[in-house]
Amino acid sequence: MTVESKKYKWVGTSPVRPDGNDKVTGRAKFGADLMLPGMLTGKVLRSPHAHANIKSIDTSKAEALPGVKAVITSADVAELESEWVPAGELQLNFRDLAHNIMANGKALYDGHAVAAVAATSAAIADAALDLIKVDYEVLPHVIDVEEAMEADAPVLHADMFTDGVTPKPTKASNIFKEVDIAVGDVEAGFAKADLVVERSFKTAPVHQAYLEPHAAVASFSEDGQAELWCCTQGHFVVRAYCAKLLGMDIADLRVTASEIGGGFGGKTTVYLEPVALMLSRKAGKPVRAVMTRDEVFRASGPTSGAASWVKVGVTNDGTIVAGEAILKYQAGAFAGSPIQPGCMCAFAPYDIENVKVKGYDVVTNRSKVAAYRAPGAPISEHAVESVIDEIAKKLGMDPIELREKNAAREGTNAAYGPKFGVIGFADTLAAAKAHPHYSAPLGPNQGRGVASGFWFNIGGSSSATVNVNEDGTLALATGSPDIGGSRASMAIMAAETLGIEVTDVRPIVADTASLGYTFLTGGSRVTFATGMAVIEASKKIALELRERAAKTWDISVDAVIWEDGLAKPAGANAGDFEPLTLADLAAKANQTGGPISSAASLNAEGAGPGFGTHICDVEVDPETGAVKVLRYTAVQDCGQAIHKAYVEGQIQGGAAQGIGWALNEEYIYDEKGRLDNASFLDYRIPVASDLPMIDTVIVEVANPTHPYGVRGVGEVPIIPPMATVANAIDSAIGIRLTELPMSPPRVLAALDNGS
Amino acid sequence: MNALTYESPGSLDEAVKLLAAAKGNAKVLAGGTDLLVQLRMGMIKPAMIIDIKKIPELTAINEENGGYRVGASVSGAVLGEHDGMKAAWPGVVEAFELIGSTQIQGRASMGGNLCNGSPAADAVPAMIAADAVCTIAGPNGRREAKVEDIVTGPGQTSLANGEIVVDFLFPARPARSGDAYLRFIPRTEMDIAVVGAGISLTLDDAGVCTDARVALGAVAPTQLLLQDGAAALIGSKLDGAAMEKLDAAARAACRPITDKRGTIEYRIKVAGVLARRAAKIAQQRAEG
Repeated sequence: MTVESKKYKWVGTSPVRPDGNDKVTGRAKFGADLMLPGMLTGKVLRSPHAHANIKSIDTSKAEALPGVKAVITSADVAELESEWVPAGELQLNFRDLAHNIMANGKALYDGHAVAAVAATSAAIADAALDLIKVDYEVLPHVIDVEEAMEADAPVLHADMFTDGVTPKPTKASNIFKEVDIAVGDVEAGFAKADLVVERSFKTAPVHQAYLEPHAAVASFSEDGQAELWCCTQGHFVVRAYCAKLLGMDIADLRVTASEIGGGFGGKTTVYLEPVALMLSRKAGKPVRAVMTRDEVFRASGPTSGAASWVKVGVTNDGTIVAGEAILKYQAGAFAGSPIQPGCMCAFAPYDIENVKVKGYDVVTNRSKVAAYRAPGAPISEHAVESVIDEIAKKLGMDPIELREKNAAREGTNAAYGPKFGVIGFADTLAAAKAHPHYSAPLGPNQGRGVASGFWFNIGGSSSATVNVNEDGTLALATGSPDIGGSRASMAIMAAETLGIEVTDVRPIVADTASLGYTFLTGGSRVTFATGMAVIEASKKIALELRERAAKTWDISVDAVIWEDGLAKPAGANAGDFEPLTLADLAAKANQTGGPISSAASLNAEGAGPGFGTHICDVEVDPETGAVKVLRYTAVQDCGQAIHKAYVEGQIQGGAAQGIGWALNEEYIYDEKGRLDNASFLDYRIPVASDLPMIDTVIVEVANPTHPYGVRGVGEVPIIPPMATVANAIDSAIGIRLTELPMSPPRVLAALDNGS
Repeated sequence: MNALTYESPGSLDEAVKLLAAAKGNAKVLAGGTDLLVQLRMGMIKPAMIIDIKKIPELTAINEENGGYRVGASVSGAVLGEHDGMKAAWPGVVEAFELIGSTQIQGRASMGGNLCNGSPAADAVPAMIAADAVCTIAGPNGRREAKVEDIVTGPGQTSLANGEIVVDFLFPARPARSGDAYLRFIPRTEMDIAVVGAGISLTLDDAGVCTDARVALGAVAPTQLLLQDGAAALIGSKLDGAAMEKLDAAARAACRPITDKRGTIEYRIKVAGVLARRAAKIAQQRAEG
């Protein structure tokens, strides 16, 4: 089912991006680009130890250094109650957040903030950091998730007693909680199976690797009000977190989202922002703090490394009769890995009668994980999609046909609970099977893999305002930081709704004081949810314009229609009037009731689940183990693409990050638990020459709850690549690799061992 | 706060004087692609930076007795457009051009690549295979040294206080000669060699190898010049047996470490593979 896109003037096209020019010329202002009079430089002192008690911190010499205006430690951070709040697709605990922005009594990872300074120059700030004396008592550490679960592992939090276990344990451990999902009876299911395949997998922690480091400029006034400028995916969320951490009224903090150089989920929490505010409050001057790349890797969240075990049973005709998984996710230093969505997504693409998933949320001595594109899903689905591929091989069945046979469809009860509405998984499988890529010939040492992915997508709170300017152009404001082309999409939806030129709409991201609450940019929610607010605000403008025309013509508003950007009499009976343009009505606004503007705030429900199916060809160098990606095709149901080129870009970007996760990205620690590759040199994201042009196929199975059928696009494309690449390598060399990354040494070792 | 002085002398004598007077507290800046990174990371805290790019002979490429003398500060971008060097020493040029990005290539120098002392420096195995000789200027005048005698360990060189590498002489080549450099990196660019192999050889009219030099990078504290590797090639037509001998010689010479960029086992194995592959490319180039 494809939406009739011909009926749209702008939806589904690719007009010039409103944010493009300034990014290309370097004029765009990112997090570090704001300069304020008298601004100080803020810098953070970080723990060199993976796990250590902080016996004392002596800041006196730093404070005495000329040019130093403020020094803070955990003594300056109020202690908060343990309180969990929803944070996008994850949960967040305010006490942990306070302890993460500034270590309290204990440093829990290499890079954990222990103190911060504000000084009149960067050099003085650096010198001040050198003068802070921290007396550490180094403790044994643990990084690996399975080692952290062992009974004799060093315990990070003496008050962590596993949730989800009855009776509640009396001994503290690193397992924060256990998650259980079950439908049907897996034992009975496996008993019916003709073939059962089970495998264990390991995945490395990988960083979101946004190019722009975290940066914040804070300015506290003497009256207790503050302004904050930062690169974030959600300035309303930053405002809420910072107000909580600093004990402020929300009204006293105004946050502006700068242009953002990538987020991918990693900029949905706070690190430097509250620290900069605390320094500014103490110094009485504006403070700018910017992370180095080293700090970004060491102290901001990657996603979990994990250990997984998956077991799938099928009958000889390819019907999956049971699926079981055990998933162990690293949360980093504080509880809250994406284990819940990981468990929920594991078997979600398939209609399986018997499913059982057990998950563990495990703390370890590394930076607290942050959301990363479809948090949790890529890990569990990599394991399941690898096993599905192995089953297809053993059954002698085409892997797409095996998926088609078991695909979730409208009305399928998802293993994690709800019944699917209109979904396009089968459509992506059909499109992949029909794609010329799928039947193209392969050469020696080459192989082809295919895998699929599922993600919920979310809705949530969004606001938008539309102001009609005096000349009939529009100022469109939303509260959604633009990490993936949302301004372009918002302009398109406003122009489409009002029937006007897209270039007549100027979309901006407004600060927290300028429009209603808007939840962060994440969960692939913005085009869906903020889009709905934009459409609603635009419809209000259309109604207002009809009223203004009615007033001009002195007829009833019901006798006026708004069509193709014009106010027209509804029919011959309404009277014979020349249609009025937006510019006509804007010019006369003062005579018809004053300025024309609208606002819409809503909590969008009915997000449409997204599915994708990827195809990858690789060539493996049998002598070096190097894997070259030769061809890559990503098929995805997006519901409806609004800005087509941006949608393609999202799919390509997700696939590229997934390929990096598959082949080379990993956190490497030394024996002391210190991160050994905290730079883009040795943390290897793919460079342009590593990848072929990633071909995209946009399938459009409209989400019935969105006026234009939008589902969301940004997260699904990172889910299939790891299994797609693993399946392709297996096809090339006949060896199933179960540990990520599938780096050249690992592939060569597998070739040498023959397994 | 420690002050950092920047000097950009116009003559080598002046540069040597400044460097000698600084008694180890100065750093020589050519392209700066390693130096500036080290400064920013706080790995070094020199009192003075001596920029040598304004010294004419350090940025010149001159033909000399059929060979080429290349200034130590010549950038990768400049060398990569030099037809004479590309024809005579394609392996050296390709090795140098592998360093960094397009932007880095506009700055990076072979002198810096050598004097930084990294065992993984890409230009160095190729220069060693080419039997390049460097001119060194110091407080006591000028001297010459083979490239393989400069690096003594990671970050360490045999240069004395006040000494600056001025240029490299790539000698004239007999007919039917070729060279090649290959490195292994997990990506396709923007990376540090896990293993590097540079080979230069000469063939007679019958295709028999009459002369060869084999060098490896990133598999020991310094680049290695492999006598056994050369012996494996000389007298052969680079047939299967010779390739196996070369592979074995390369593996035997390796003294690598396991680090974030590769394991001992992996480096040893790939060193043999790259040596064979580089030898075959050099052979094709020699055959024209």
